[in-house]
Amino acid sequence: MSATAATRSTAMGKGAFSSLAYRKNRDRAIELILLACALVAVFTTLAIVLILVVESSYFFEHVTIREFLTDRMWTPLFDDAHYGIMPLVSGTLTVTFVALLVAIPLGTIIAIYLSEFATHRMRESVKPVLELLGAVPTVVYGYFALLMVTPFLQKFMPDLSGFNMLSAGLVIGLMIVPYVASVSEDAMRAVPRYMREGSYAMGATRLQTALRVVVPGALSGIAAAYILGISRAIGETMVVAIAAGMQPTLTFNPTEPAATITAYIVQVSLGDLPHDSIGYQSIFAAGLVLMLMTLVFNVIGFFLTRKFREAY
Amino acid sequence: MSAVMTIEELRNGLAWRKNLDKAFVVAGLLILMSCLGLLALLFVDLVRDGAARFGWDFLTQFPSRKAERAGILSAWVGTSMIMLVTAVVALPVGVAAAIYLEEYAPKNWFTGVIEINVTNLAGVPSIVYGLLALGLFVYKFGFGQSVLSAGLTLALLILPIIIVGTREALRAVPKAIREAAYGLGATRWEVTKDHVLPYSTGGILTGLILGLSRAIGETAPIITIGALSFIAFLPDPPISGAFPFVNFAWLKSEFTAMPIQIFNWISRPDQAFQQNAAAAAAILLAMTLAMNAVAIWIRYRFRKKINW
Repeated sequence: MSATAATRSTAMGKGAFSSLAYRKNRDRAIELILLACALVAVFTTLAIVLILVVESSYFFEHVTIREFLTDRMWTPLFDDAHYGIMPLVSGTLTVTFVALLVAIPLGTIIAIYLSEFATHRMRESVKPVLELLGAVPTVVYGYFALLMVTPFLQKFMPDLSGFNMLSAGLVIGLMIVPYVASVSEDAMRAVPRYMREGSYAMGATRLQTALRVVVPGALSGIAAAYILGISRAIGETMVVAIAAGMQPTLTFNPTEPAATITAYIVQVSLGDLPHDSIGYQSIFAAGLVLMLMTLVFNVIGFFLTRKFREAY
Repeated sequence: MSAVMTIEELRNGLAWRKNLDKAFVVAGLLILMSCLGLLALLFVDLVRDGAARFGWDFLTQFPSRKAERAGILSAWVGTSMIMLVTAVVALPVGVAAAIYLEEYAPKNWFTGVIEINVTNLAGVPSIVYGLLALGLFVYKFGFGQSVLSAGLTLALLILPIIIVGTREALRAVPKAIREAAYGLGATRWEVTKDHVLPYSTGGILTGLILGLSRAIGETAPIITIGALSFIAFLPDPPISGAFPFVNFAWLKSEFTAMPIQIFNWISRPDQAFQQNAAAAAAILLAMTLAMNAVAIWIRYRFRKKINW
């Protein structure tokens, strides 16, 4: 026995002469390390929820939920403090709506074009370039909105104020076009070829096939693209903080300046608030509302994408 | 009109439908091109607005009250240090998480929970990561408003990007390679380390670069942590000439970063500062686009080179 072990060790070298048991134990240890890394994702989610809930609970000791939801003013930093989230939510929804007016039509048309009309070569070369639109730093988009889009719009709308939700929304729309386009295109390409061929055989043109066969077939995926786009627009921060002004105003008029939830958080963070002040706690309450809004859309989007992946 | 179409009507109808097809192609191309055109316009405009400020001085001066003497030295040094922390933390954790999910994880509800978490984290607004970092890193862990807090925050932010990129790369490695290695008696980790990972380097690298290009432009989370916009000193260099050659004091240093500096300059009404903002934004945008280009190129090269 010892003789065979000796020949084995000389034949295989010292490095390879680790026993199977040792290698198996090492494997188990490594698996645990890998698992720990994967769990970082779970802990991050838990930590986000925990931090937001705990810090906002201090906020809600001072402010009743009723006041938070029904007061029409948001001025936590003023002497005459009001804590109504409505103005921030109205700003967020208005900007999101403007952004969708841009992103949904453009994104859908680009997706139909790339999926149904473009050649393979064209698609492969255009897609990465289109994705660059989503890679531009948001602070640069903010510059674009404030110093290029707003002055341009003012040529046609002389009354437009220097800070307004319109240009912020338009630019955010441009920013999420590639996102809407690429998720919708994935969904359209998942529609099986034979459905298109059936349509062509009936004498339909490409456009008819695209609009009446492919788009309905990919509907859940396209809806997911829109919904994930909404969640992106709601969470976008720098463009609105720069171009839409930071005055919380209860308005749905996009030509007016207003603050979104995200812009408010930025505004407070720029100042130097003491750790335990109500102003500091108010950004966590605002963050909790933001998180809940995006979470709803993300969850719907998640299940819709899963549905279209399973459909065919 | 009769119920039965004449051949003439059919022809006209077909011609009309074919024209609609062509019109759609033109419209699609036009929209696509105008989106890309806007990107080009943005870049050209930034370069034009900031043209007066480009130069060596702009890179080697601290920010200043006088616009024409202000530079981005502390901003780009801060950004580089943050990116170093982000990469060092996010790469190993992200790759390990991806290996676990792709090579080890059994299919059960527990794995499902991890997967949903990764997907969900990719959709969490970046400013929420900032709030997390403010509550957790800055106050609970006592890291303060430091390079370390910022780097860790951005690392969490790009973790999903690296995980997704690595998983795609791992999935592209054919089963036959794994089975051949198992057949020779390798353990799972040996298979992964010696065979699967080397083939995935390209995809992992792409994921890392895309993640960093996202992190480099992120503004909101590091404003929330409390980045300062006026910093006229540099953190201690991480490498020194004397023993022990490395120091970690820079991790605790206060910082500013490129996007913070740009945001600060945009917010000032003075036009001279907006020129500075344009110049710095052009540099930041060029860096982001270059990183994306490198990522696309690596992906393309690796796809072409490997023939299974």
